Amino acid sequence: MNIGLPHFLTVSAALFALGLFAVMSRRNSVAILMGVELMLNAANVNFVAFSRYVQNGIDGQILAAFVIVLAAAEAAVALAIVLALYRNYGTVNADTAQSLKR
Amino acid sequence: MIRDLVFVALALLAVVPAIWVVFSRNIVHAGFALLFTLLGVAGLYAFLGADFLAVTQLMVYVGGVLVLVLFTVMMTHVPAAGRRRHGLDRLVPPAVFAAAVFGVLYKVITSVEWKAVATPSKATTAEIGTHLMTTYIFPFEYVSIVLLGAMIGAAILIRERRATDDDEENREAQA
Repeated sequence: MNIGLPHFLTVSAALFALGLFAVMSRRNSVAILMGVELMLNAANVNFVAFSRYVQNGIDGQILAAFVIVLAAAEAAVALAIVLALYRNYGTVNADTAQSLKR
Repeated sequence: MIRDLVFVALALLAVVPAIWVVFSRNIVHAGFALLFTLLGVAGLYAFLGADFLAVTQLMVYVGGVLVLVLFTVMMTHVPAAGRRRHGLDRLVPPAVFAAAVFGVLYKVITSVEWKAVATPSKATTAEIGTHLMTTYIFPFEYVSIVLLGAMIGAAILIRERRATDDDEENREAQA
């Protein structure tokens, strides 16, 4: 077995599918956020892998660094929203936050 | 040979805890499993020769985001009685959709002839720094503003609202 680009892409696809499943099936907002983190990490693995297998490529790594920064910002805001949700509803269940529907 | 074993070990370290993150019914366990997934991804970065990104992943994700997530999990404790089991009708459609997405991605990955050759790896930190200050100066400044805005927004969102109490007192005083 010679480790090449497809192997990294497969690992990334598996991580992405697992994250997608978590986002779609979980009720707990924090668990949904973990799924989003998994998907962002999967995208990052793709960026870095493509960057490695392109001649003199470093752009993918820089893009991945930006993704890490934005993921940190997203996590901070999302967790603040989860805490506000908990304070107002007493739960972090994403299904209960539907007052806008009524 | 050793290279292959290291890759397989890192890939398993990334994917197996991710399965635990997705399926664990205990959210604290899921958080700790996420720790191992992030470590595995950092290992994959190092394996790909992205030394700077591997360290960034460790510092930002494992040192920052994960601590935030675990704090939130512990501050928003949901009693076991309040949890409901997932109905099968809620699990099957996401499972089918996620499996379909993985199937399509895997089909593409295996069917495409990748004209990719591994470039010799070198230290990337200096090069990334140079690029951030030249080619990518605008996105660099832009994400710094986004990060500042997100920090201020998060602080405002979780602030205790004393102002509303004052409002009520004012209303009572007027009435």
